[in-house]
Amino acid sequence: MTLVITLVVVAVLLLSVGGVVLSNRSRGRRSTPAVSSAPRPPTSTAPPTSKAPPAAAPRPAPDAATPPVPAEAPSAPPEAAFEAPGIGAPEEEAGRPILKDRLGRARGLLAGYLDQVRGRKGVDEATFEELEEALILADVGITTTNRILADLRAKVRAGSISSADPSALLQALQADLVSMFDGDDGSLAFGEADGPTVWLFVGVNGVGKTTTIGKLALREAQAGRTVMLAAGDTFRAAAGEQLETWAERAGARIVKGADGADPSSVIFDAVQSAASRGAGLVLADTAGRLHTKVNLMDELRKVRRVAERPPGQLTEVLLVLDATTGQNGVVQARQFTEAVGVTGIVLTKLDGTAKGGVVLAIRSELGLPIKLVGVGEGVADLVAFDPAEFVEALFG
Amino acid sequence: MFDTLTDRFDAILTRLRGRGRLGDAEVNEVLREIRVALLEADVNLAVAQDLIERIRARCSGAELAKYLTPAQQVIKVVNEELTATLGGEALKISYASKPPTVVLLAGLQGSGKTTAAAKLARWFRQQGRNPYLIGADLQRPAAVEQLRVLGAEVGVGVFSEPTDPVAVARRGLAEAERLGRDVVIVDTAGRLAIDRDLMDEVRRVSGAVRPHYTFFVVDAMTGQDAVQTAEAFHKTLQLDGIILTKVDGDARGGAALSVKHVVGRPIAFLSTGERVADFEIFHPDRLASRILGMGDVLSLIEKAEREYDQDVAGEAFERLQSGRFTLDDFLDQLRQIKKMGPLSGLLGMMPGLPREMRDAKVDERDVGKVEAIICSMTPRERADPSVLDGSRRLRIAHGSGTSTSEVNNLLRQFKEMQKMMRGVGPMAKLAGAGRSNLARSAKGNRKKVKGGRVTPSPKGLGPAR
Repeated sequence: MTLVITLVVVAVLLLSVGGVVLSNRSRGRRSTPAVSSAPRPPTSTAPPTSKAPPAAAPRPAPDAATPPVPAEAPSAPPEAAFEAPGIGAPEEEAGRPILKDRLGRARGLLAGYLDQVRGRKGVDEATFEELEEALILADVGITTTNRILADLRAKVRAGSISSADPSALLQALQADLVSMFDGDDGSLAFGEADGPTVWLFVGVNGVGKTTTIGKLALREAQAGRTVMLAAGDTFRAAAGEQLETWAERAGARIVKGADGADPSSVIFDAVQSAASRGAGLVLADTAGRLHTKVNLMDELRKVRRVAERPPGQLTEVLLVLDATTGQNGVVQARQFTEAVGVTGIVLTKLDGTAKGGVVLAIRSELGLPIKLVGVGEGVADLVAFDPAEFVEALFG
Repeated sequence: MFDTLTDRFDAILTRLRGRGRLGDAEVNEVLREIRVALLEADVNLAVAQDLIERIRARCSGAELAKYLTPAQQVIKVVNEELTATLGGEALKISYASKPPTVVLLAGLQGSGKTTAAAKLARWFRQQGRNPYLIGADLQRPAAVEQLRVLGAEVGVGVFSEPTDPVAVARRGLAEAERLGRDVVIVDTAGRLAIDRDLMDEVRRVSGAVRPHYTFFVVDAMTGQDAVQTAEAFHKTLQLDGIILTKVDGDARGGAALSVKHVVGRPIAFLSTGERVADFEIFHPDRLASRILGMGDVLSLIEKAEREYDQDVAGEAFERLQSGRFTLDDFLDQLRQIKKMGPLSGLLGMMPGLPREMRDAKVDERDVGKVEAIICSMTPRERADPSVLDGSRRLRIAHGSGTSTSEVNNLLRQFKEMQKMMRGVGPMAKLAGAGRSNLARSAKGNRKKVKGGRVTPSPKGLGPAR
């Protein structure tokens, strides 16, 4: 299949670029960056207007014939969604914040809908529509949502859920969602042999890799492990300094490289250093990268190969995922897994209003377990993933 | 995906042949498909619904356009509505009569504000201004340091001090005035919209510097939550514009539509890469195509033109058309497209491909194998594959570390492609491409229009097939 695809891609590109070049030539024109003669999406059959290439002057205003659309608020979700919640004092057991209470700050959008649902008598199509809406708003995605609701409908038809009882339906839905995580091992693995365990952190830009490492370093240090940080982000300005601050907070050592240094060598050095010092755990940071960048993904492959060289034992490759991410999260998970074999997900920024429902789609398609959840920028804001808590928090 | 959209639309709308109008039932079905496409693109549910109602109003009962298929007609409306929502009035920066013009950046954590601040600074410099940066993010470790490094890179000074964000902003502004700068860009810490304290803080920062422009920086891959966050920031700060970041990824970018819809202010800039130069003014029509999953065709063309040697492309195309396209040509092209990113990404940009192809798993290593096979051939073999007998093929298989069946497969597929492409006009023969606008707007081409209408071509070759 790849071969056919390659041929098609080549053909398409040639036909598009070459064809344009030739048609320019046949009109006696030099081929210019063909923004003006390039094909345009089907908006009109009028000839494309000539436009300057971007990054020079701003483009001419869009077609004046299209009336400006007045900005109006969409039919708003219930007010409940925007309330600053007063859920009550967070219960903390021995300093471990309970996920539900942290998330309680972001009063579930779903809560509003589901209150409506609970109030209804009987389960009807409108109920299912509301559930669909709620799941989509949680970024579960339409495909996964449809599948989940299809199962639920089947149960209603089969009579195993009473059609007169909306809250039974909700419970069934909750149970279904929780069961999607069945069999997951949410623990972080350590190597059995001598030599430091290595955990590699990967992901796109801005998701919270460095912050997560910082929090985890403290946690592991408190558990009695000697932690070494590897500042494998050698691209981003001051990334090493950022991680260094975390190293100080956690009382961990850190190996940094020069700006633009090869990230693999930084990580290699860190592992060597950890081995010689008897540090049991190396947390390796990498630069954020979009999975669409071939060269950066190649670089990451190399980083992974180096990270698993003895004396290091690479036991976790953690994909850090921002809870505000939409359906692109699935693509990210897929591509990173293909490139470096992701072992688990860290879901960050779950203390906001975003629900992180995309992890359901990821779990469904790729089977990746969620190992950690980030619920704030503070050093203690890192908790283990609990499916029941997560789903309950979805429902508010 | 656009091709699936068109295909699905076609299936639904062919029933309309012979009728003069777009029927309600068909339009409804089509709108269901559009809804799926929009939601998959992360357009907020309510925004998508609103858009769909507008499309419905324009399509239901509408007369069938003469030169478009019903599917194309609906897509045209969809595109127009999307573009209208995304576009409207572009943001034109007008500078304060009493300098400096103050620009404030706000948004969630990790959205790309600090990088955008430096890019903006560079952009203002290109506009002939004398900008100054204020690092008011005192929350994130080394954020100020990052801004300083970037500032140095773009040749713009940075002010900060380890006090508090409001004080930094105020003092930074005073310093800018003292230095005679005419634009000030204030970077702030990322913050959650529901964090009362931090939202209050950014309001005070805004109060301290009274920005002329407040930009909401939002990540292109944001999901449904974009609306809530944008509304909250807008309520607190009265946003003037939106900066969409990480556009160089493959997220469909529906969040942009949602944010624009609820905030009602223009999307001003796009951040399209990690380098400071990767910053552009926003074009609504391109993002509209992308959200619909229509493939960012213009982008693809531009990418190809950037990476391809134009003359080589033109010649290769001629050879393709005349049946003289060789394995050498193919090898050249292979190498070119490798520069353009992963195959699956490129596929995503191409409308008109059948579904199995778009959804197929592409193993990039197979591309390497193809390269190896061709490189193991002699120049003569590449020019004339008909000489390739069994023993030659075996040799090539060994030389490239593949198998004879893989070699055979390549030769067979290549031959088929050659046959298919010979004598074919640009963009005409690809699956579904005959109905796509790409065929119609490529200059010098005959228009192929469904419904058997005659479009006289310049050469007077008779009715379109």
